[in-house]
Amino acid sequence: MTFRIKPAMLKMAAAAWLLGATSAMADTTLEFTQWWEPELPAGSLRKIMDDFEAANPGIKVTLVSGPYATTRDQISVGAATGTLSDVVGLDGAWVNNLNAQGALADMNPMMDASGFDKAQVADIIKVDGKAVMFPVASFVYPVFVNLDLAAQAGVTKLPSTRAEFLEAAKKMTHADKNQYGWVLPLSLQTPSGVQNDMMSWVWASGQSMMADGKPALEGKPVVDMLTFVKSLNDAGTISPGIATKTEQEKVEEFVNDRVGMMIDSLAHVNLIRKRNPKLNFDLIPVPVVENYSGKRGLPYASWGIGISAGSKHQEEAWKLVQYLMSEKVNAKLVSLANAFPGNVNAKPDFVTSDKAFGKAFEIFKTGYLANEFTGLPVAEDLMTQFDVQAQKMLAGEQSPEQAAGNAQKGWMAKF
Amino acid sequence: MTRQKRSRHRLKRAVAPYLYLSPSLVIIGLLMLLPMVTVIGYSFQNSAVLRRDPSFAGLKHYQAIFADPVFWASLWHTLYFTCMSVVFHMTIGMVFALMLNSDRINPTLRNILRVLYILPWLFTAVIIAVIWRLLLEPNGVVNSVLMQMGIIGYKVEWFSSPETALHAVTFANIWAGYPLFMVSLLAGLQGIPKDFYEAADIDGAKAYQKLIFITIPQLMPIIISISLLDFIWTMQVFPLIWITTGGGPIYSTEVLSTYTYKLAFSSYNLSQAAASAVIILLISLGLTLFYIRYQKAR
Repeated sequence: MTFRIKPAMLKMAAAAWLLGATSAMADTTLEFTQWWEPELPAGSLRKIMDDFEAANPGIKVTLVSGPYATTRDQISVGAATGTLSDVVGLDGAWVNNLNAQGALADMNPMMDASGFDKAQVADIIKVDGKAVMFPVASFVYPVFVNLDLAAQAGVTKLPSTRAEFLEAAKKMTHADKNQYGWVLPLSLQTPSGVQNDMMSWVWASGQSMMADGKPALEGKPVVDMLTFVKSLNDAGTISPGIATKTEQEKVEEFVNDRVGMMIDSLAHVNLIRKRNPKLNFDLIPVPVVENYSGKRGLPYASWGIGISAGSKHQEEAWKLVQYLMSEKVNAKLVSLANAFPGNVNAKPDFVTSDKAFGKAFEIFKTGYLANEFTGLPVAEDLMTQFDVQAQKMLAGEQSPEQAAGNAQKGWMAKF
Repeated sequence: MTRQKRSRHRLKRAVAPYLYLSPSLVIIGLLMLLPMVTVIGYSFQNSAVLRRDPSFAGLKHYQAIFADPVFWASLWHTLYFTCMSVVFHMTIGMVFALMLNSDRINPTLRNILRVLYILPWLFTAVIIAVIWRLLLEPNGVVNSVLMQMGIIGYKVEWFSSPETALHAVTFANIWAGYPLFMVSLLAGLQGIPKDFYEAADIDGAKAYQKLIFITIPQLMPIIISISLLDFIWTMQVFPLIWITTGGGPIYSTEVLSTYTYKLAFSSYNLSQAAASAVIILLISLGLTLFYIRYQKAR
């Protein structure tokens, strides 16, 4: 009896193994490294991946998730050692370096081969003509205004030009009560204040810090912006501690009624409400230079996506990218992230259910996404260099023209 | 045959110690020597880590670092930060240790002080940085108290002003590090024989004379050992400075560790960062050799 059962069992086990092995061989497992999963509601990104797997039998997705900074380092090392995941979450500030390392695949041929409609995406980030990144979700940076402080200061019309902003900031400032018109975080630990809180003034007026692909910091737009920031500082309207202030502290000061206005990510709306449910605030676009009536550039940070040049499964990876950029899935993802979509046809549900987001969506639709640091080499280093020069200017060590000139010299060395 | 056996036995005896040591040697090799050698190697390469085929760069990265005025500024800041920290760690540690060792203080109060004085040691660098950022921010408690007392007439931006930032981070580090000295010196004080002080009393020595001629000479081996170790550790402090000032404002608190970090993770110039790390290694190595020689001499 025993001798009869054993061969039968062995045969069954062999058949089961063969079946499993065959199906395992048929499956392609994609590795997807990103920092999004910890920032989304628990399990939500995995659910989207499960839906993708169900829609694409034979493709499995393994999520490799971590905090932003860890992911950045992991991707840098992966690019150098040739172990980059098949699909990678990208920040625009990284793509130039990664492209220089030959780590990112050109998605142009994939788009052409699959008949992908390029008009449906908000932006395609290109380096040396190669399409290396799509912004999947964008976090725009409008101006947050504390309406109660504005009303107390007699600011009846919210500012739409720089001159109006300066006036409003002056009115809202009462240093004796620890209350200031504006907040500017220029900590060297995270120099993104240069991008979000300084250059945003340039982009808002449809201007540029670049010319012919090279830095143009000595040009009128950047010098005017520095002069404007200096005038805000000279008027004492900026909350003290600029040189070491971080974005987090900026939000805290706004939440605690200590500053009247700040430029900040829309992603912080829920956090602000949670920290101070009574705070009465509104969102406005970043004010522009006098007499400017063109489209406004809207500063943004994004969750980008790209494909590894070394991936053995680029076809499957492209399917995943397409899936995340498709109208419905993109709308679902950005609704979870409180971000604006990478697919222009996608409409996140929060814009109809929430007044503040609805207004920001209007600002988003009437303007255009602008972030010239995206795709620049060593973008963070460039911000640090500009930051140091801006700090020197605010400390009274140099003029806006000198600050712009010195930053230009530093930037040119990196190009 | 006997000779063969004997020589085999000798060989076994000679090899045995190395076999016992081999696990430690392998671990030291893998965890210490290999990374060190790798970093030294990177410092002589172009585009180290970032390229799969880095070329030989010679001393280029070292030359670039020595030509960078920010490096020299950060070296000076490191020395200031380290020397001031060690001196004040030692002074405060000594004062508190003497206080805790004194019979003139009520035992209950002494126990309470013992707990209070050791508190800074229980916090991590991140917590210490956050505490001092909150205390020293322009609208913080320190400014408020000083203004109430009429010592300052305006809100000082302790960490954000180039004039005060380096002193402020040094102060925070002094606060964080004195308990090591205090505990070590207290242990040393308790080991000094009472006879010395009794003999000094008979000779009519005053308190300060007993301190200078008995206490300090008796504690000297501890003072030198701990000072050297503190010098090496303080030179490498990173999180406290990074979280409080990020090396700013401008470059006023840039130290070798933040300078190296920025080269690596802001500029992505890993070769130059490796060269900077090697320079820190050489300075630390010099101090370590000095420490080892001192320990051997004892």
